[in-house]
Amino acid sequence: MIKQRLVVIGNGMAGARTVEEILARGGDFDITMFGDEPYGNYNRIMLSNVLAGVEDESGIFLNDLNWYADNGITLHAGVRVDRIDRRRRTVHGSDGSETAYDKLVIATGSSAFVPPIKGAHVPGRGYHQGVFVFRTLDDTRAMIRYAREHERAVVIGGGLLGLEAARGLQNHLGHVTLVHAMGHLMNTQLNERAGRTLQATIEQKLGIDVVVDGMTTEILGKHAVTGVKLADRRVIDCDVVVMAAGIRPNSQLAADSGLVVERGVVVDDQMRAAGEDDIYVVGECAQHRGEVYGLVAPLWDQAKVLADHVTGANAAAAYEGSQVSTKLKVAGVDVAAMGLQSPEHEDDELLEFAEPKRGVYKNVIIRDDRLVGATLVGDNSKALALIKAFEKGLPLPEDRAALLFDLGGPAAEESVADMPDDEQVCNCNGVSKGALRSCVDAGCKTVSGVMDKTRAGKGCGTCKPLVQRIVDWANGGEAEEDSAASYYVPGVPMPKPELMDAIRLYELRSVSSVFAKLGGEEDAKSKMGLASLLKMIWGAEYVDERDARFINDRVHANIQRDGTFSVVPQMKGGVTTPANLRRIAEVAERHGVPMVKLTGGQRIDLLGIPKEKLPQIWAELDMPSGYAYAKSFRTVKTCVGSDFCRFGVGDSTALGIAIEERYQGIEGPGKMKLAVTGCPRNCAEAYVKDLGVVAIDGGKWEIYVGGAAGAHVRKGDLLATVGSADEVITLTGRFLQYYRENGNWLERTYAWVPRVGIEKIRAVVVDDAEGIAADLDARMAAAVGAYKDPWKERAEPATPGQFRTSLPLTVLPQVPVRA
Amino acid sequence: MRTLGSVGDIPLGEGRTFAVDGEMIAVFRLRDGSVRALSAVCPHQGGPLADGQIDMKQVVCPLHLYSWDLATGCSLSGQEAVSVYPVRVDNDQLILEM
Repeated sequence: MIKQRLVVIGNGMAGARTVEEILARGGDFDITMFGDEPYGNYNRIMLSNVLAGVEDESGIFLNDLNWYADNGITLHAGVRVDRIDRRRRTVHGSDGSETAYDKLVIATGSSAFVPPIKGAHVPGRGYHQGVFVFRTLDDTRAMIRYAREHERAVVIGGGLLGLEAARGLQNHLGHVTLVHAMGHLMNTQLNERAGRTLQATIEQKLGIDVVVDGMTTEILGKHAVTGVKLADRRVIDCDVVVMAAGIRPNSQLAADSGLVVERGVVVDDQMRAAGEDDIYVVGECAQHRGEVYGLVAPLWDQAKVLADHVTGANAAAAYEGSQVSTKLKVAGVDVAAMGLQSPEHEDDELLEFAEPKRGVYKNVIIRDDRLVGATLVGDNSKALALIKAFEKGLPLPEDRAALLFDLGGPAAEESVADMPDDEQVCNCNGVSKGALRSCVDAGCKTVSGVMDKTRAGKGCGTCKPLVQRIVDWANGGEAEEDSAASYYVPGVPMPKPELMDAIRLYELRSVSSVFAKLGGEEDAKSKMGLASLLKMIWGAEYVDERDARFINDRVHANIQRDGTFSVVPQMKGGVTTPANLRRIAEVAERHGVPMVKLTGGQRIDLLGIPKEKLPQIWAELDMPSGYAYAKSFRTVKTCVGSDFCRFGVGDSTALGIAIEERYQGIEGPGKMKLAVTGCPRNCAEAYVKDLGVVAIDGGKWEIYVGGAAGAHVRKGDLLATVGSADEVITLTGRFLQYYRENGNWLERTYAWVPRVGIEKIRAVVVDDAEGIAADLDARMAAAVGAYKDPWKERAEPATPGQFRTSLPLTVLPQVPVRA
Repeated sequence: MRTLGSVGDIPLGEGRTFAVDGEMIAVFRLRDGSVRALSAVCPHQGGPLADGQIDMKQVVCPLHLYSWDLATGCSLSGQEAVSVYPVRVDNDQLILEM
């Protein structure tokens, strides 16, 4: 029998979810999906997290392209459907394609509503270049790119979307003003007092300026945006404008194709377009019993009914509308709202509580002993109970105050055992407690595994603690630890100690042999970590497969954004000579090096060197590599110490040079940046290095480990105080070796030291409590003995085309040439 | 059909860029000896894909570690897809069919 052809127009959350529901019911269709955007299905709600920089793009995908392939779905990503021919039962794509259907699902969603404001558009060119909407991944990317290079943003629209946009933009530029045309924020969901409470929090805690009753009439600036003008003639200076004034259903296609369209495409209780047997409509573009929904929860309900009906799983399934409630964090502030904002009848009961100083507002509205409305701002602790009472019409407590507060006794966490199976846990992705339990029963025992499979907790994330508790409970106590989190590299399922044992046991000397014996499949993202580990274990016996190296290690230089490289010669302890400076200057001049810069590690960086020129530059410099590209020992930063400084109490310069001399180029799980400073004034910043040495009075040295001053700032822990430079050198080597053997791949010392604990590290490294100090020293000495300057590898390429250009011919963003 | 050179020009498990009619094409030699060809420019920020690390399935751009399927050119990390080109080895010669 020939399969029925199901065509879905729209590859957003509604379209993809509907297809998932159909597949879950065993629906046997030939499925073709059209998506306007050139991606798989991602969680649009999470775009505000991408904008705020708390989630990266890959984390918001719900269905990546593999999902479509795995389910035999033909996806036309980036193809818009222009027309539906209902008579011939075909859809016509923007790429000229014609696709026949037996059943059609329209899930075209919404697009950003842009009020008619003068200056928002440039004739013939779309939006003014500083004006953005906030709807798609591409919108978000464009906004981030532009905002980073600008100073002041105005967001037009004080609803949910506008608030999220304003909060996110603060991440990328200095000043954000939110302009809202109505009298208070989130006026669709909140009453005036609640809106004002929210506004005060947004202004005081987040530092966003809020203008209400502000009707934007014009965007100023001819080439670049310079400001916005309001109806009262006020002008707000800005160089970025984001329109977040709401959304409108994408119903034009349906209207053009002859379907009944009012605000959205009109559907019956089976989600079929009015008067059509084979055309369904779902999501934000559908209008059901006069309602058009802009939230995600109704969409899940609609998708289930649609799937029940189209597959015949339940031909009597009917959608009867959704009781809309929202519980979310808006710009970091808890907000929940359902039903009425304010009482409507004289005998409606209203309970209201406001605590402006804490930014809290709560109300409930009761009619005939049923909850008909509730609002919470700044405190969502009662939200779940209220939503349940509201949606299910549960009886209310005699003491109404119990609806707003936990009265007496400890704030009871609802026992997960007592929750009914059908209770929804993740409101973003529509996952019930029962679904979580079956996932655990089916063998998925870890919290992250259950979250990956069910997507619970992958929306706004507020339900993660509850998901954790349910998974714990379903496991009969505690969930299993996520073993993948402990793997040294993702592609070989073993923690580092086990992996090292296996490597030694089977004498695996190359990365490919590790995959073959232990990993099953080669994994690009695991190669570099394995290469580092094998080199540490085997030293000279390591079989070096060049493809296992990251590009930096293949060509001994650090790749830059334009595909060129940086060259940093070794400059031990940051000390150089006029002759060396002259040579660096001559090489830089001869080759027109675009930028010469001092590094944070007290060296000189030649930036913008094409790959093919690297060997020649090294030859002309004739200096050793500074290893400014590898996961390895990098530099020892020093101060001028006792030779010249009138405060210095120890010869930090000489000690720094000696340390660098000995441990240069030693590779490890992460970079190792060191410093030696001549007194506690700490000019060499030794307190915030992977290992920092501080001279103190009395000829002693303090050794600090696990410090950092990058994205993560941490003062190192005192490992030991010793009496001689030789002891510093020995303990440095022993500490680094212990780290090399025990740190996870890319785990810097600032994470590793607190994980293992400074007491444990001190016991092993200083007090030799485990009796391994001599072994550590011996293995480090072997690594030191195997040191070879990689920049000597220049007469002949190590592999064919080692230094051949990979640079594209297209013009790329290039490091500017500085005179 | 174009001959790009000897398959030995590409070390096992690595990629090299070839200019073909003004297009830059990254050709990879997988560890099983087979070859794949993709557009050489990362659609994210123009990174040189030939400098990326590969396995049997994907190439990882060296700049920001986004990845692409070597066979289909589809992004595995939510980026735009890259073009793929039919390429094969004949008598140790790399043959690109375009």
